[in-house]
Amino acid sequence: MRALIWIIEDTWQATVSQAAAFRPADADITLLHVTNTEPETLARAARRGLLGRHQPPTGAPEPLQAISEQAAQALLADAQNQLQRPAALQARRGRVEQEVITAAEPMDILILARDGDHQHLGPRSLGPTARYVVDHAPCDVLLIWPDTTPSLTTIPPPPPADAKPR
Amino acid sequence: MADDLALVLALVVLAVTLGVAVARPPFVSEAVAALVGAVLLVVVGAVSFSQAVHAVRGLGSTVGFLAAMLLIAEGCRREGLFDAMGALMARGAGGSPQRLLAFVFVIAAVITAVLSLDANVVLLTPVVFATAARMRTSAKPQVYACAHLANSASLLLPVSNLTNLLAFHASGLSFLHFGALMALPTLAAVGVEWVVFTRFFAVDLRRPRRAGKRPARPELPRFALVVLALTLAGFAASSLVGVAPVWFAAAGAAAITLPALVRGTATPVRLTRAVEPGFLVFVLGLGVIVAAASANGLDSAVRAVLPTGGSLPDLLAIAAISAILANLVNNLPATLMLVPVAAAAGPGPVLATLIGVNIGPNLTYVGSLATLLWRRILRAEDSDVELGEFLRLGALTVPASLLAATVLLWVGLHV
Repeated sequence: MRALIWIIEDTWQATVSQAAAFRPADADITLLHVTNTEPETLARAARRGLLGRHQPPTGAPEPLQAISEQAAQALLADAQNQLQRPAALQARRGRVEQEVITAAEPMDILILARDGDHQHLGPRSLGPTARYVVDHAPCDVLLIWPDTTPSLTTIPPPPPADAKPR
Repeated sequence: MADDLALVLALVVLAVTLGVAVARPPFVSEAVAALVGAVLLVVVGAVSFSQAVHAVRGLGSTVGFLAAMLLIAEGCRREGLFDAMGALMARGAGGSPQRLLAFVFVIAAVITAVLSLDANVVLLTPVVFATAARMRTSAKPQVYACAHLANSASLLLPVSNLTNLLAFHASGLSFLHFGALMALPTLAAVGVEWVVFTRFFAVDLRRPRRAGKRPARPELPRFALVVLALTLAGFAASSLVGVAPVWFAAAGAAAITLPALVRGTATPVRLTRAVEPGFLVFVLGLGVIVAAASANGLDSAVRAVLPTGGSLPDLLAIAAISAILANLVNNLPATLMLVPVAAAAGPGPVLATLIGVNIGPNLTYVGSLATLLWRRILRAEDSDVELGEFLRLGALTVPASLLAATVLLWVGLHV
């Protein structure tokens, strides 16, 4: 069985420990991190808005890309340490949701954490990125809570029975 | 030369110069384009030689001021001020993305106000990016905050934005009076950004996290901070002692640069690059080109559109028109076109113009819609920014910031 664990910055530790509890012992595990390149592009574009001031020389290396690549490698290495068993490490860059479903294609199961409101049950517990991934995943999906699982009481009460449908 | 023909020619030269500055083709720099354009307009008689000299002389002290401020910012970088700010944010955040955003807001606003938006965009933003990466949280809200505050917090002081420097002299205000009138509008603009950002990025800022190690207390670069404080004190005292603020900027630049030159930690090549000589030439050339357009009819067109009263509706209209013009032609040329007309009506309209040209560029991530369209036409490599999201953030903050800042400017003018 090939299992893909997709980790993101804030919740990676919880995701790895929960995933370790679920996965079958004989699974081939791949740890995936995707760098959203949007902040780097925005920082570069803001510089261009300065109308010619402070332009880096053409062909200069991208300093922010080096920072984020290094950070992704360090994060994956720490996640593997926490997993305490061999895993393939995969670092990707680009549009996060697209990269995740591409990486999930050859897999049997994708394990990910909810990336939205972690205190209430309901549709907002998935942010736009995880929502897209869950909706488009080309394999089975295991969706975990990165925190204590909220109780049923966190669901707002249903509308009164005599309310007219809108 | 006939006025109409001269006006058309001046506008064409302006469009080409801005196009070069935005598109940055490899064969011609924006400085060369502005210089050639300015000389062409003088040669064909669209602007007289004495008018051109007058425009350049008027911009001379502004350009000198800018150069001094760029040297001070470079000195602060050399002394490690920006790295210390990154360490300060990381420690203050204590592992919480929302607290990190609060520190980014305060530090980005102060750096923008004191050292100009250039220092925020070029020197602080990479540090904020690295701090978010090290803390292992999403860099997106933090980097977006830097980009927005570079514009919103640049209202405060004459040195915060080149547009302010261009208008400062014409406003007739002292450094201190300028800052006092713009204090409430700046707070309002930054406050609107905070309210919108914490809601817009609520999902990114509230994910559950496990506590990590608290970073050590950073060592602050005392020398750079003392030079900055003394320079600011000099700016504040400038009208009392009757010395123009530019001389305090020059003194600050010398104080932070000369010791480094003697020690060999700064090289003449690096310093020259920090002063952006090409850009300074571009500003002077742009000044002549806009003067040519103004002298041949643009001036009266602006006068016909721009209200000149100091009432609240007038100030709001001025801010809105300025924001629109800044998005059509970029904020530097917009300032050069609007400020002479607004200045005739007094400091209120000048400051309302600045509110418009400074906050307006937040509608897009490259400073103006014109730039954005140019880059899309040229298929520049920015396509992977989720355009819709940034535009939505601009649409949420810009009108509210313009309104709040202008109302508080009006209040400040009437107390």
